[in-house]
Amino acid sequence: MPETSPILDVDGLTTVLTGSKTTILENVSFSLRAGEVLGVVGESGSGKSMLALAMMGLLPKAIRTASGRISLDGEDLIRLPADQWREKRGRDLAMIFQEPMTALNPVMRVGAQVEEVLRRRRGLSSSQARKVAIDLFHQVEIPSAEARLKSYPHEMSGGMRQRVMIAMAFAADARLLIADEPTTALDVTVQAQILDLLRKLQKERGLALLFITHDLGVIADIADTVLVLYAGRVAEVAPVRQIFDDPQHPYTKALIASIPKIEGPRDRLVTIEGNVPTVGTMPRGCRYAPRCPYRRDICETEAPPLRPVTQGQKVACLQPFGFPQLQEEAFL
Amino acid sequence: MSSFLAKRLAGALVVLALVSMMSFAIIWLVPGDPTAAFLDTSATPEQVARLRRELGLDKPILVQMVDWYGRVLRGDLGHSILLNRSVTAAILERLPVTLSLTGFALVLALIGGIAAGIVAAVNHNRWPDQLVMTVALFGLSVPDFWLGIMLILVLAVQFGLFPTGGYIPLGDDPFGWMRSIIMPAATLAIIQVGFIARMTRASMLEVLNQDFIRTADAKGLKRAEIMLRHGLPNALVPILTVGGIVAGALLGGAVIVEQVFSIPGVGRLIIGGILSRDYPVIQGGLLFLAVIYLMVNLAVDVLYAVADPRVRLE
Repeated sequence: MPETSPILDVDGLTTVLTGSKTTILENVSFSLRAGEVLGVVGESGSGKSMLALAMMGLLPKAIRTASGRISLDGEDLIRLPADQWREKRGRDLAMIFQEPMTALNPVMRVGAQVEEVLRRRRGLSSSQARKVAIDLFHQVEIPSAEARLKSYPHEMSGGMRQRVMIAMAFAADARLLIADEPTTALDVTVQAQILDLLRKLQKERGLALLFITHDLGVIADIADTVLVLYAGRVAEVAPVRQIFDDPQHPYTKALIASIPKIEGPRDRLVTIEGNVPTVGTMPRGCRYAPRCPYRRDICETEAPPLRPVTQGQKVACLQPFGFPQLQEEAFL
Repeated sequence: MSSFLAKRLAGALVVLALVSMMSFAIIWLVPGDPTAAFLDTSATPEQVARLRRELGLDKPILVQMVDWYGRVLRGDLGHSILLNRSVTAAILERLPVTLSLTGFALVLALIGGIAAGIVAAVNHNRWPDQLVMTVALFGLSVPDFWLGIMLILVLAVQFGLFPTGGYIPLGDDPFGWMRSIIMPAATLAIIQVGFIARMTRASMLEVLNQDFIRTADAKGLKRAEIMLRHGLPNALVPILTVGGIVAGALLGGAVIVEQVFSIPGVGRLIIGGILSRDYPVIQGGLLFLAVIYLMVNLAVDVLYAVADPRVRLE
């Protein structure tokens, strides 16, 4: 990867429930370059959707950003006035949501929903917007694009609606695309098509893509770098190969072990004991400690910092696998 | 779409048949005899019998009903005993007055109610919301005749801003029409504004929580664009329902308000008819109001399909 400066640089992002000290995301940092795909994985409740919404400035009213930076091209979005952040949305950063069934306006033709972005955000005239919308529908491989512009969402399948969402997200030529579980609600065969499409468009346009999912198979398919989120904290960040070949965090290891194998005998599916702690019941030390088979006493009192272990790989564990010197330090 | 319309139209015809039967049955349900209104107590039984014969009241009820339907279908609602003229002509002469009053009131109520409801929903649980809800509750609780009298006393008598009553046709003098209609229309509308505002608020609050609003926000649209292009159109179906009910309530309210502001509309005609037991006028007036109400609701049904494309699938 060429050393360009990142498009997106998130540093120490912490979000809290408004009016309390309960954190939803804690000290999340990562950066993303043009043409790069960052996969964010985590179970339900890990805060991955909140992370996406925080990037967009669309956090629900009950949650606010307490500290940290989200810089887009060196400009800190959090410190921008709300209307300037709004200006960035749909222009510099766009988002694809999980539920294509409900994410489109049911009483507006899909063409109008795409053209709206083109007219409002790119200043195109109605006829120009229509032409570009047809072109976008071709690019997202919607058959008979021109006729489809006039359809209402309820007249389309889930996969087609997600293609409309993708066309909408690409309409404004954003350089950062956030996709929050874009394939989760779709049939498996359609999932693969949508994933291929996203990857193709991302490559063609050299987009920075933040791809959120709970599906490690999808991550292996699309991501360059993987960020593992656990209970609102970053557990591990690493290039995708290293995540699968040499995971350092016990949680990452457990996640990978829980992927069903095709070869070998059909054993019981491997699961991770216990659940993600809920907001308000967070353990004091490492948040994974209650479920961790390698836990020591110190894990229950000390929150592990995110530390680099090798080039490009960082882990928040007091005793990462294969790095005894870090373990030593932790117990000093 | 056409089968949707056909179904609604068939439903409206059934209702119309029932309503017309009821308005005919008034003759049997209301105590007293129309002859009593014309003849004083000294009238001889022969005089009463002659008048009853002239009015057709001596025939069997079924014959009276068939006669009546036959005439109604030809557009003849009978002869007013008191006005001594055709009921159809009397109603048609007054209909534009009532329609312009209720139509104007409906426009006021819809604009005011929807705007107030959106303001309340956008500022959910903050002071503008509470203000709108309080005013709406006040509007809903005020009797229209009292409000009308108060407006006359304050705005017409004290400040002389508007005439105390009467009606100037729109064709004669548009400005005079506006001056004569604004107080009665406002009296009618204020009660309904509260109703529409509450429904708009509830419907908008539900819509604003939905995913596609977040999508619109993610597109970077301005708040006002999100509300008016994505919020309101999706909140419209319940508002339309209320609009239909309100149109009916306005027609009913017009009966009282026309009386308070001495406006020569269908409402006053009906009240005059009731006071003098002028049956053809009562029957004709009720039938007319019912037909208008049915047409309004038919229009609302059609508008559902316009507002929400999913309705057409039914």
